[in-house]
Amino acid sequence: MKPWQKIVLYLAIVYFVLLLGPIAGLDLPRILKEIAQSPSLLITQLLVGLINGAIIAIIALGYTLVYGIIELINFAHGDLYMLGGFAALTVVGAFGMQDGAPFISAIIPMLVALLVAAGMCAGLNVLTERYAYRPLRNAPRLAPLISAIGMSFIFQNLGLFWGGLRSFIPIMGNTAAAPKSFPDLLPRIDIFRSLGIDTKVDFTTKDLIVLVVAVVLMVSLNWFVQNTSAGKAMRAVAQNRDAAKIVGLDVDRVIVLTFLIGGALAGAAGLLVGLYNNTIVFTMGFTAGLRAFTAAVLGGIGNITGAMLGGVLIGLLSALSDQYLSSRWTDAWVFGVLVLILVFRPSGLLGENLQEKV
Amino acid sequence: MLELIDVHTYYGNIQALKGISIHVEPGEVVTLIGSNGAGKTTTLRTIQGLLRPRQGKILFEGQDLSSSSSPEIVRLGIAQSPEGRMIFPRMTVLENLEMGAFHRQDKAGIQADMERVFTLFPRLQERIKQKGGTLSGGEQQMLAIARALMARPRLLLLDEPSMGLAPMLVNQIFSIIHEISDQGTTILLVEQNARMALTVANRGYVLQTGEIVLTGSAKELQVNETVRKAYLGEE
Repeated sequence: MKPWQKIVLYLAIVYFVLLLGPIAGLDLPRILKEIAQSPSLLITQLLVGLINGAIIAIIALGYTLVYGIIELINFAHGDLYMLGGFAALTVVGAFGMQDGAPFISAIIPMLVALLVAAGMCAGLNVLTERYAYRPLRNAPRLAPLISAIGMSFIFQNLGLFWGGLRSFIPIMGNTAAAPKSFPDLLPRIDIFRSLGIDTKVDFTTKDLIVLVVAVVLMVSLNWFVQNTSAGKAMRAVAQNRDAAKIVGLDVDRVIVLTFLIGGALAGAAGLLVGLYNNTIVFTMGFTAGLRAFTAAVLGGIGNITGAMLGGVLIGLLSALSDQYLSSRWTDAWVFGVLVLILVFRPSGLLGENLQEKV
Repeated sequence: MLELIDVHTYYGNIQALKGISIHVEPGEVVTLIGSNGAGKTTTLRTIQGLLRPRQGKILFEGQDLSSSSSPEIVRLGIAQSPEGRMIFPRMTVLENLEMGAFHRQDKAGIQADMERVFTLFPRLQERIKQKGGTLSGGEQQMLAIARALMARPRLLLLDEPSMGLAPMLVNQIFSIIHEISDQGTTILLVEQNARMALTVANRGYVLQTGEIVLTGSAKELQVNETVRKAYLGEE
């Protein structure tokens, strides 16, 4: 058999298993019928996927930046994002914000929440690098990886502890481990209908704001890395650390900067997810982190555009799976993608293998 | 200008330099020749602060470098074109050159140096927007030297600039090295191609398993019996 015939055969087998098996229900005729009956639902789901994907992409950037510079999968990154959500909720609560607070009065609390969440996560990330990763920089690869998993547990427990501080932070609610409801502060004006377009597609100002903030963050990061001298130094260290030392770059400072930026993005994503999904929980960093990691690998780890693309694709896949397959199996689909990518294209969609000439 | 006094460098427990002493005077081209593994690259890496000498002193214009970091050493005026070129493969030629001048603030000076390296290497100007990794081996070598020059060094360290290049390109690179020296930059040149190295150098040292075994003017070394047999391949 030729290789492509093999692939087709495998795909066919996998398809029938998924179709007939009780699990994932990949029944294409049924799905196509549903889409034909209500195309606007598909578009709504694509928008939801796009927005969640943009948030995943912001987290994925933190993985990919750090991996690009020191080849470490920073497993604590997802939990850092969770702590960003908790910081944002604390700030919003301290301002006395509640569901349905007028948008105008919520602007300043949200901006402060953004600064506090981003600042705290940036600081935590830098401290983590300094005390948990840097001492292991010349150790075997496995050592900092285990250190990162340890930091992930520490952050999760910090989140659990934080969630139990109801006497200081009433907005945390009664149970430490329970999901916290995040006040719904963004206005929900239906954009298409208020423009007089008659459609069943839901797209509100809330969606738009989250999407715009996420895109602005990604575009500015990309601009920073491509055009500023600090960003160029980051790329130089990522491409050849020895050469960066030889031209006189302070490699440690560049690494600190990378953790700072990655952490700030995680904090911002924590606020965004709170505002968008209106619920946060101390375990959310684990799944979100794995999804973002998948996104980073899908796009090509170390590649900034790849992380953004991967994030959006994972977001779309999750939304479509939630709608047309079964939300219980969404994670299985997402991590199935991770397995497929690692097996068939470990360098990712946009990963480049530019050989250095000798 | 540069003086190494009894420098010992180790990789872990393996001693790579066994007490070498060399000196480079302003305006000179000095070459270190020797076979693979003699310690030539180790010497340059030690001068640049990438490796620490376990014993001995490195003086640059009277200042001890043995505890300075590489960024400080570059700022003091020592730049290197490393072995294997080590350009940044996914950055453009222009960005690679900018990295060479990373620590400098004088925009006008950087611009002037940019023009200077483009006069030396017109090929790089033609490829200014191209990614470093897509250049040919010879062009990458030019880029590595040009990047080092962008630091406006007073001492330029060149590590195997002829490695892997076609003979015609080797001649071209060496005539450029000559030109750089004429413009007043002091050069410490490490080479396996002893014949070419001795044509541009004023003086030379012969390095063998981490020790200096021979030193003299380039003319003396060219006619020296041992050098001719071991490094110039003559009978």
